[in-house]
Amino acid sequence: MNPSLPFFVLATLSVFSALMVVLSRKPVHSVLYLIFCFFTIGGHYLLLNAQFLFAVHIIVYAGAIMVLFLFTLMFINMNKELEPHKSNLLKGAATIAAGCLLLVLVAATKGAETLPAISKTSDIGTVSNLGKALYGQYLLPFELISILLLTAMVGAVMLGKKDVE
Amino acid sequence: MEFFLIKLVLVLIVFLVSLGVAAYSTYAERKIAAFLQDRVGPDRAGPFGILQPLADGLKMFMKEEIIPTHADKFLFILGPCIMMMTASMTGVIIPWGHGLEINGTFYPVQITDINIGILYVFGVVSIGVYGIMIGGWASNNKYSLMGAIRASSQMISYELAMGMAIIALIMTTGTLSVREIVEQQHGIHWNIFTQPLGVIIFIICAFAECNRTPFDLPECETELVGGYHTEYSSMKLGFYLFAEYINMFISSAIISSLYFGGYNFPFIDQLGLSPNMLSMLGTLIFFGKIFFFIFFFMWVRWTIPRFRYDQLMHLGWRVMIPLAIVNILGTGVYVLFKNGQLHF
Repeated sequence: MNPSLPFFVLATLSVFSALMVVLSRKPVHSVLYLIFCFFTIGGHYLLLNAQFLFAVHIIVYAGAIMVLFLFTLMFINMNKELEPHKSNLLKGAATIAAGCLLLVLVAATKGAETLPAISKTSDIGTVSNLGKALYGQYLLPFELISILLLTAMVGAVMLGKKDVE
Repeated sequence: MEFFLIKLVLVLIVFLVSLGVAAYSTYAERKIAAFLQDRVGPDRAGPFGILQPLADGLKMFMKEEIIPTHADKFLFILGPCIMMMTASMTGVIIPWGHGLEINGTFYPVQITDINIGILYVFGVVSIGVYGIMIGGWASNNKYSLMGAIRASSQMISYELAMGMAIIALIMTTGTLSVREIVEQQHGIHWNIFTQPLGVIIFIICAFAECNRTPFDLPECETELVGGYHTEYSSMKLGFYLFAEYINMFISSAIISSLYFGGYNFPFIDQLGLSPNMLSMLGTLIFFGKIFFFIFFFMWVRWTIPRFRYDQLMHLGWRVMIPLAIVNILGTGVYVLFKNGQLHF
C-alpha cells in the first residue's frame, strides 16, 4: 500500500466537502458539510501524530462552534423568496475579492516546500510536548491570548444586552 | 496479527456488553420505578418479566416505519445513526480491568489507551449532540425542532462545567490517560477524596448530558409532545431511546473510573490472591460500581421532578460554572500545598 494513500483519501474528502459547503442549496446542508470538512482536517492532524490537536479541533470546532451555527440556522427560516436580490456588479466584486484572498492564501504557503517535513513518528504533537511549549517557550503570547478572549467575551455580553443604561 | 485479533474480540465484547447492559437497564428502570411507586412492574414475559427487553425489541422492529413527507430523508435516517454510533464509541478507552497474564504475556482489558484519553470522550460526546439536532430538524416539526434546540443548548451549557471539573481532576492526577488515572487510585486512594466538589459537578453534568430527569427537558411531554423524537417510529425511535441507556452505562463507567477507583477496591493487597484472580475480582467490582450508578440515575429519575427551562439554564451557567471555577482554584492551592511549594 502506498504510504501516502490515507493522505490523498483525506485530502480528496476535505476538498470535496469544502466545495459542497459552497455549492449545496440548503444552508443546513452547508453546515453539515463544513462539520465533515473539519473531521477530515482532524484526520490530517492524526496523520501527523498530533492527537491533542485533533481532539481539541473536534471538541471546539465541530462540537461547539458548529453546533451554534446550526442552532442559528435552524431558527432562521431561509426561503428563496426572502433572499435579497444581488446585482451583477456585487457578484463581480465578490468574485474578485474572493480571488484575491485565494491568491494571498496560496502565496502564503510559498517557501513552505523548503521546510523539513515532520515525520509521522515524531511526538511533537502529544499533550506533554505541546503543554511544555505553550507554558514554557510561548508563555507570554499564550496568556495574552487568554486576555484577548476574555475581552471578546465581555464585549459580546455587552452587545448582547438589550438595554444598556 | 494476534494483537488485532485480541483487540477485535475485545471490541466485540465491549459492544455486546454495552448493548446487553443497556437492554437490561430498560427492564431495571421499569422494575425500579415500580418498586419506588409500590407497584409490581413488568412480570408477564418470562419469570419476573426477565424477557421483557426482548419483547420490547421485537415490538420495536415490528412497528411500521414512517418517514414524514416533508422530512429531509437522508438526515432523518442519519440522526439516530449518529446517536447510536457515538453512544457505542466511548467504551473504547475505559479500562475494564487491570489485565490478565496468560503464558507470560500481559493482556490489558482495555481496547486502547490513547494519550488524549478523557478528551476523546469529550469529542465523541460533543458529536452526539448532532444526532439530536439533525433528527429534530429533519423531522420538519416545530415540537421536534424545539426539543432539538433545547437538547443542544443544554448539552453545550453543561459540557462547559463538566470540562472544568475534569480540568481540576487532571491537575491532581497529571495525566489524561484514563488507565493511569485509575492506576493511581490503588486501594482506597480514590479521587473522590481529593475532588469532593468535582464529583458533584461531574455527576450533575453527566445527568444533563444523558438527558435524564431532572434534566430531561428535550423530551418534556407536557410541553413538547415527545421532543426531538416526536416524528420517529419503529427502530429509529428505538435507537434514540436505546442510545440514552448506553450513554447512561458509559457515563456510570466513566464516573466510577475517574472518581471511584475503577477496578480498585480497598484491601486489594491484603487478600493474597494471584494477580489474575485479583484482576477478575476488580472487573466484577467495577461492574458493581457501574450498576450502582445506573441505579442512582434511575433512583433520581423517579424521585425528583423535572426542572423548568430557565431553572436549568440558571443552574448550568450561574451555579455549576462558577462552582467549577472555584474548584479549579481550590485544586490549584491544594496541588501547590501538596508539592510543598506553598508556605504560610
